[in-house]
Amino acid sequence: MDGMQQTATIIADWIVVLPLVLALMGAAALVMRRSSTSSAVLAICVVLTIIACEIALLLRVSFAGPLSMTMGNWLPPFGISFAADAFGVVFALTAALVTLAVLVYAQGERASNDGRDGFHALVLLLLAGVTGSFLTGDLFNLYVWFEVMLIASFGLIVLGGSPAQLDGAVKYGFLNFLATTLFLLSLGLIYGLLGTLNMADILRVAPDANPAALTGIAALLLLAFGMKAAAFPLNAWLPASYHTPPVVISALMAGLLTKVGAYALLRVLILLLPSSREVLEPVLVVIAVATLLTAPLGAIAETNLRRALGFLVIGGIGAVVAGIAIGSHTAVAGAGFYIVHAMLTMTALYLVAGLIERMTGETDSRRMGGLYAASAPLSILFFVLMLAAAGVPPLLGFWPKLLLLQAGLEQGDWGGIALVVALILNAVLTLIAVSRLWAHMFWRDGMEGSGAEPQPLVVLSRNEAWLRYGTAGVLTAAVVALGLWPNGLLEIIGTGAFDMIDPSRYVSAVGLAGGTP
Amino acid sequence: MEHVLAILVGLFVALGIYLLLSRSVIRMLLGMVVLGNGVNLLIFTAGRLTREIAPIVPDGLSVPAGPIANPLPQALILTAIVIGFAMFSFLLVLAYRAYQTLDADNTDTMRLAEPDNAPNPPLSY
Repeated sequence: MDGMQQTATIIADWIVVLPLVLALMGAAALVMRRSSTSSAVLAICVVLTIIACEIALLLRVSFAGPLSMTMGNWLPPFGISFAADAFGVVFALTAALVTLAVLVYAQGERASNDGRDGFHALVLLLLAGVTGSFLTGDLFNLYVWFEVMLIASFGLIVLGGSPAQLDGAVKYGFLNFLATTLFLLSLGLIYGLLGTLNMADILRVAPDANPAALTGIAALLLLAFGMKAAAFPLNAWLPASYHTPPVVISALMAGLLTKVGAYALLRVLILLLPSSREVLEPVLVVIAVATLLTAPLGAIAETNLRRALGFLVIGGIGAVVAGIAIGSHTAVAGAGFYIVHAMLTMTALYLVAGLIERMTGETDSRRMGGLYAASAPLSILFFVLMLAAAGVPPLLGFWPKLLLLQAGLEQGDWGGIALVVALILNAVLTLIAVSRLWAHMFWRDGMEGSGAEPQPLVVLSRNEAWLRYGTAGVLTAAVVALGLWPNGLLEIIGTGAFDMIDPSRYVSAVGLAGGTP
Repeated sequence: MEHVLAILVGLFVALGIYLLLSRSVIRMLLGMVVLGNGVNLLIFTAGRLTREIAPIVPDGLSVPAGPIANPLPQALILTAIVIGFAMFSFLLVLAYRAYQTLDADNTDTMRLAEPDNAPNPPLSY
């Protein structure tokens, strides 16, 4: 029996799929609960367990290199593989931490809610989709996790069902469903060309395939993942929908969803089809420059707070695409680091925006003002996060941008220089956009045109204030601390980038290194 | 046979994209269905077509004796159909709710999340 595995999987290797199993079972348990008083507690416990598993997994991966597990006793090209390398595990861990913060924060908002609307189950399902996308080693399986993530986000974005949400959900739903359909289309073409969808197996057979056909498929994947990631010409759905649902849901989606698209792009173009990436390089440079420049301009023109933040989310995707366009080890490390930074910083910014909206009762920055006098801690949180988003040292956002700038200068040709210029302009424009928002909301005496009359603010209950300020504060502290001591993260991300560029460790972990099956 | 199916896939995708370019939400939904079926047919064709040889390994052998029909695309398509149907049902209900609430089937008049007449951004810093 050539294709069958004779020995049982080592118990310790189950840790690769344990985060997923936990998230899916947690979601199922929450759906079946009739009384929902403790559903939040259950959800938080599940996420804590997932975090513990992922920390253990991260330790193993950083000592022993990539780790893999294949389902159902079939050897890799036949069974579905899960493969955890440094990039996947770091992103999955960050995603779980962000989810934990959002769940705790939501307790402040949802204290009066009985929790029967399925919020917690959908959040766990979303986390399962995101974690699965980060840890899978099979392209069709990646498609399945994309759809799990998509259906959970559909459920979340319409939760509450206000008219604006329905409007935003129509645009979000159609464009994202179209993107995953295009992804499926390119999967069909890959299967027709290579006869396999296992990532390690694709690495083995792709060099012998027709390069023109592969590049065509890579371009189609770029279209599909670019749409999921909200890269420049395909980003209209993000500012149209992300500001409509309740703020905890916005924060979760802004933190996780577009980054999964960016990660898939990284995985496919850097790891799987590097020769096609070289052909597509001019296209990637143009997309990255356009995304980096247009996104902060959109944020400057926008007065709705959360819509302006939506444009900043898009700008971060531009930086990741810039790393893919350069493609060197430093650039890939920069792109990976940027994904971690964007997950933490964007979620924290949305959570702080939620506090601002809750206290002022407004969503439009023109109708806010005088918040500095009313709440100094809030203004400090927003100030720190806005500097982190723009990439001001010594905060977290600085290091990935430094890596990307270094990589662009090392490359030295017109593309590299264009990306360096665009990254610097992006930082300046982002700083203008966010500092203007800060000046309007916090520094101005009262709302626009009202003179010096300070705005009456909603006073939060003690419990709510603790939960909301606490989670936003902890995330902000993480952004500051990781910016001051980035070495550990840099090292792990560097290993991940190394495994992306030179996949030999990845392939042998999946078990396809020796000869033909 | 593959060539005929390839042309058919092309027709399905073209029709799906044509419908998706419409402003009416219902037409866009139909476009998604047609496009999804085109993609499923593409996966089916990509697995190469072999007629009347069931993929069954005979007793006593560990690999099939000769060329067989490829069973994998059917598993892939089955997954894709289930997922596509779930997404389609969600979008159908969403379109109906949007029609009830916003009284709009035309995407051009759905401007609640992004108001049409938004004032200019403030010029102050």
